[in-house]
Amino acid sequence: MIELTDVRKVFPARRGAAEVVAVDGVSLSVADGEFAGVVGPSGSGKSTLARLVNLLERPSSGRVVVDGQVLTDLDDDGVRQARRTVGMVFQHFNLLDSRTAAGNVEHPLELAGVGRAERRRRVADLLDLVGLGDRHASRPAQLSGGQKQRVAIARALAARPKVLLCDEATSALDPASTTGVLDLLRQVRAELGLTVLLITHEMAVVRAVCDSAVLLDRGRVLDGGPLAEVLTRPHSPLAAQLLPAPAVAGATGDLVRVTVTESAPEGRVLRTLAGELGLDVEVVGGSVETVAGRRFGRLLLSVTGDDGRLDAALQRLRDGGSLVERATPGDEPPPMDAHDEPDAAAPGGRQVPNLLDAPEVQR
Amino acid sequence: MNDWDRIAPQLAEATWDTLYMVGVSALLTVLIGVPLGVLLTVTAPGALSPSPLVHRVLGLVVNLGRSLPFIILLVLVAPVTRGIVGTTIGSTATIVPLTIGAVPFLARLVETSLREVGHGKVEATLAMGARRRDVVRTVLLPEALPSLVAGITVTVVALISYSAMAGAIGGGGLGDFAIRYGYQQFRTDITVATVVLLLAVVQLLQWAGDRWARRLAHA
Repeated sequence: MIELTDVRKVFPARRGAAEVVAVDGVSLSVADGEFAGVVGPSGSGKSTLARLVNLLERPSSGRVVVDGQVLTDLDDDGVRQARRTVGMVFQHFNLLDSRTAAGNVEHPLELAGVGRAERRRRVADLLDLVGLGDRHASRPAQLSGGQKQRVAIARALAARPKVLLCDEATSALDPASTTGVLDLLRQVRAELGLTVLLITHEMAVVRAVCDSAVLLDRGRVLDGGPLAEVLTRPHSPLAAQLLPAPAVAGATGDLVRVTVTESAPEGRVLRTLAGELGLDVEVVGGSVETVAGRRFGRLLLSVTGDDGRLDAALQRLRDGGSLVERATPGDEPPPMDAHDEPDAAAPGGRQVPNLLDAPEVQR
Repeated sequence: MNDWDRIAPQLAEATWDTLYMVGVSALLTVLIGVPLGVLLTVTAPGALSPSPLVHRVLGLVVNLGRSLPFIILLVLVAPVTRGIVGTTIGSTATIVPLTIGAVPFLARLVETSLREVGHGKVEATLAMGARRRDVVRTVLLPEALPSLVAGITVTVVALISYSAMAGAIGGGGLGDFAIRYGYQQFRTDITVATVVLLLAVVQLLQWAGDRWARRLAHA
């Protein structure tokens, strides 16, 4: 449904700022009906990547294909038409204050030339779908953040798109609203058969709704794939972000990292190390979460009292299907949730040019 | 001093002249100034359809119009006025310099208002497949409307003060009246009456404009 091939976006140098390579040769493929995530620290090019999918930013090079249409080959008129197959939801909702909730949902239908009666009917259906059937006449200023985002989702769905782009759609919301909006996204994806590309810096969001994800860093894809596969892949940087397991302070002894899945539970590892070998085993780091509806975890064990049999035991465990490996403190990057502020940063570390930038001419 | 029977009708006529001059030139100013402000906004660097050349030229013209003292402009555009109206005397003739003086003023105010509309709203609308003129029509202008109304109110008030100045060179209206009767005939009472009338008109306009802008601002 979405196919990016070696896409680059370079913002030219302007007024003292050096040129910025926001997206540096990204190839990405999202299947029909997939719920895909794009994660990365601020300045990694996530938001620019989202804007490349509907050509709000034209790529400097590379190919963008959506629903079988090569967008990068289209002229401006063609791109405008093609954008109707891609709905977009933003961090700050971007609703029009001059319109009511219903008026905002109606906006894309007006632009698409849909007749008045048909517009009214679709707006009513859409507001019902997002659970705001009683707020037709409300102004954005009268709605909560979660409600605004619901209106924005209804608006994004109005032109019956096949793809929904969510750019940090939950990052300005409180936890309860975030859950509500994610449930809604999951629901509309299932009901309407949408393909969703979700840009976020919140790993909890990816764990809750995504089938697959890519990790972006400095404009490049660092890691990615279906979550179930990524989480069982050794040394996966994306897995380390999704299920961070940094060692607690003062951890000593040999460190062993255990990846927990439903088919490779941690019990066998603990039995072997603590039971058979009689070693002292302590959990010094880890997280266990529901990802894509199943239990996944990553544990960091501190093992003391190794008399030379540990490596052989780990090999035996691996042969038996357990996911274990030796680890060293600090061999994983710190989780990025903690130090990321999506608000403060512009894509590619570059200040997004204000559309209505200050005129150069002196007043 | 009991000639108010004679003066009152003339004062009424002068008031009407002022309203006529200001009304027509305000209408023309909005019709020319708003599109000019839109053009100034969308051609700016990084805007909807950046065009550095158009932006610079328009900016220059607007600055020229704004930096010229109105009294000089009045004299300067006299040939233009004669070409359009056929005369440079009277309230109809004054509409030309009034409009020329107020258009750049309003255009700048419109530009400032439109620049306040968040880029995200524009981006969201472009993402719906909107054409640029759709963005101007359905986003920039409606979203900036309260602020546009405030700008137009300020412009109309400025037009009233300009129109009084135009009276000095035979433009008619309350300014002309105050100079001819109040100043030249040493009738301070007439000057005061004119000032009170002008003040009332300005107050009323400002009040109506503020009210309208507030009603439009839903945020």
